[in-house]
Amino acid sequence: MLRSVITSAALALALGASPALASGGAHLDKQSWSWDGVFGSYDKAQLKRGYQVFHDVCSNCHGLKLVAYRNLKEIGLSEEEAKAVAAERETKDGPNDEGEMFNRPGKLSDRYISPFANDQAARVANNGALPPDLSLMTKARVGGPDYVYSLLMGFADAPEGFKLGDGMNYNKVFPGNQIAMAPQISDDLVTYADGTKASADQLTKDVVSFLNWAAEPELEARKSMGLKTMIFLLVLTALFYALKRKIWKDVH
Amino acid sequence: MSAPAFNNKIIKWIDERIPLFTVLDHSTSSYPTPKNLNYWWNFGSLALFALVIMIMTGIVLAMNYTGHTSMAFDSVERIMRDVNYGWLLRYLHMNGASFFFICVYVHIFRGLYYGSYKAPREILWWLGLLIYLAMMATAFMGYVLPWGQMSFWGATVITNLFSAVPVVGNFIVTWLWGGFAVDNPTLNRFFSLHYLLPFVIFALVFLHLVALHTSKSGNPSGIEIKGPQDTIMFHPYYTIKDLYGVGVFLLVFMGFVFFAPNFFGEPDNYIPANPMVTPPHIVPEWYYLPFYAILRAIPDKLGGVIAMFGAILVLFALPWLDSSKVRSGRFRPVFKWFFWLFLADCFVLGWIGGKPAEGNYIPIGQAATFWYFFHLLVVLPLLGRLEKPLALPASISASVLKEKA
Amino acid sequence: MAHSTTAAPSGSSQGESRRDFLLIATSAVGAVGTALAVWPFVHSMNPAADTLALSTTEVDLSKVAEGMAITVTWQGKPVFVRHRTADEIKSAEEAPLSDLREPTPDKDRVQKPEWLILVGICTHLGCIPMGQKASDPRGDFGGWFCPCHGSHYDTSGRIRKGPAPLNLVVPKYTFLTDSQIRIG
Repeated sequence: MLRSVITSAALALALGASPALASGGAHLDKQSWSWDGVFGSYDKAQLKRGYQVFHDVCSNCHGLKLVAYRNLKEIGLSEEEAKAVAAERETKDGPNDEGEMFNRPGKLSDRYISPFANDQAARVANNGALPPDLSLMTKARVGGPDYVYSLLMGFADAPEGFKLGDGMNYNKVFPGNQIAMAPQISDDLVTYADGTKASADQLTKDVVSFLNWAAEPELEARKSMGLKTMIFLLVLTALFYALKRKIWKDVH
Repeated sequence: MSAPAFNNKIIKWIDERIPLFTVLDHSTSSYPTPKNLNYWWNFGSLALFALVIMIMTGIVLAMNYTGHTSMAFDSVERIMRDVNYGWLLRYLHMNGASFFFICVYVHIFRGLYYGSYKAPREILWWLGLLIYLAMMATAFMGYVLPWGQMSFWGATVITNLFSAVPVVGNFIVTWLWGGFAVDNPTLNRFFSLHYLLPFVIFALVFLHLVALHTSKSGNPSGIEIKGPQDTIMFHPYYTIKDLYGVGVFLLVFMGFVFFAPNFFGEPDNYIPANPMVTPPHIVPEWYYLPFYAILRAIPDKLGGVIAMFGAILVLFALPWLDSSKVRSGRFRPVFKWFFWLFLADCFVLGWIGGKPAEGNYIPIGQAATFWYFFHLLVVLPLLGRLEKPLALPASISASVLKEKA
Repeated sequence: MAHSTTAAPSGSSQGESRRDFLLIATSAVGAVGTALAVWPFVHSMNPAADTLALSTTEVDLSKVAEGMAITVTWQGKPVFVRHRTADEIKSAEEAPLSDLREPTPDKDRVQKPEWLILVGICTHLGCIPMGQKASDPRGDFGGWFCPCHGSHYDTSGRIRKGPAPLNLVVPKYTFLTDSQIRIG
């Protein structure tokens, strides 16, 4: 018994030290998210608000190329709204019967059309910096949504003596503390259709929630299936254990 | 063992032509198994269960995966988003790799503690090590397939290990890549081999079982079976015990799959591979970390590579390095402590492997590397000669009775 | 994961029956679990969400002259769009239903008589029938001829001769304008 305690403790230690958690960095402003925990789920209204922020602000520079326009219906946009969003940008298609490539407005089945044709075009338009695609942002950074929240809220004046590069901005959590993106979030940056007060904190939380949905659209299905699976397995394992006890009763 | 008599005519007809049922009967019902196996003996069957999960999920994932540098990353994300239950299958596969390794590591350390590698089970042990080596290769190539940043840079670093080989190193690396950097030809061959190797593992597992059924299961007391009073039938006793183990295993495994699916992963691997930018911290998957620490402990390129591969190869000689006549650590009062020290040493190596190679991490890693080899090459050979083992029980059933009392 | 009871050790009869009950319960729950676990594997091979989203195709008819046909792709399958001549329409309409293997009048297979829209897949074993190009063989009934096993389709795409059991399928389509249709 003692041995297994030692072993599991050692295992837990080793896992705790696993690289996924180890790489530190600046202190992140830990938030509580609606989807945290075993029973967590997305707040549809919040996702829709967050999408509004993404659409009006972020999407001018950042892509979301893994999300399809049809997916927007999952966060409460109507078919017509989603179609309208898709048609806002053009994408290359073809060749047509004359053998020419042509531009056409986006369709529901298209994935989100990026604001720039390619990375080079994005750099040229952004002072040499590349605005990353946001489809997986909350999964692709240590700290996930808390990191993105802290970064968006982390702009400040550079401390005395800090040498900022040309066109760079001071940020408390970005590695190296200077980031090419200018501060974007401010109170009342957008006006919410549902009347929620658009404070900077609210805006940031909403857009991060939207981005988390964009990165993990399966989260709700995953957690609900997980609960059912765990309950089922508990029953099955209990039955296995009872049967094992019964069968082994006569041994020894 | 004589052929069992089958009552069912169809079974009898088939069995006279191909002895499927005789083999099945020998390996389950009438396979005499020591009656004192503890729960550490569950991890062999659990590892097999994990292998089956990996192959099943892998086959359906391969149906939706595209092995091309320009499409691999997006094809994996398409699995996550658009393929029916794709996220489930992919998370099962991702976490399944870690859980397969957890089972195999417990299985290996169980073997180390109870002396399962000693005569007449040397080949059984070797086959196990071959399975382990094949698993490492398979897992490495599988990790490359999503073509994220860690995939790409992991592939670059690991293939570059071979450049340490004198004279022909660079030729080997170019050959491994099929080009002058890790690129599309590399991805394609890794996909091919990643699909092939699990079936090689499966064949090795089969041989491992043949060897097991020839040399018979070991047991916690380390003494051989002396008669029928020491054994019970594999079925139903160990089938139900193994199933109970599977239930507990699934509870933990599914907990990760559904509620912390990226726990064992690296955020960097959700960034598409970029051959122009190396992520600041490259770390291999956790199951390689001890060996990664050994690699970095030696301040010489070739030396590090030799030490790393040597750390595994030395295990092949274990049946002869351990000079003790007593198998089970239970009756070896001094060995016992060295075993736990060795286990702790491996954890230290794993911890160091996940840390950057700087500051105090370097001497700690070197000390732990030294101890790893010192334990296997010096402590074990000497211990068998110097240590005075406890008195062994007369038989397995005697040891069981003693335990109960 | 079910297992037999053959190797059961002896015990009291009461214990025995309780064990049997446990065994049955466990086997049943285990079997249900296995069946449920198989479903994600099976369902993953059904069309994915992005595949389902690509289920419509728009076709411009203005460039298809009378007597001509074009082939467009819809859901990965060829769709025949044929601008029928008056003779072809006439022969399709006048074919006696009693001669047909799958009796359907021509008027139920077209929305506008001059436009015949068909999934271009032989209902026998899935080959693509010939007859789209002027130089193609069109079979004994002037429609399409499947070279794989010799099925003849008429100018309404109905099976008339050969092994195919059914008429060529008419996909769901709508006229967006007089010269444009959306298939699917």
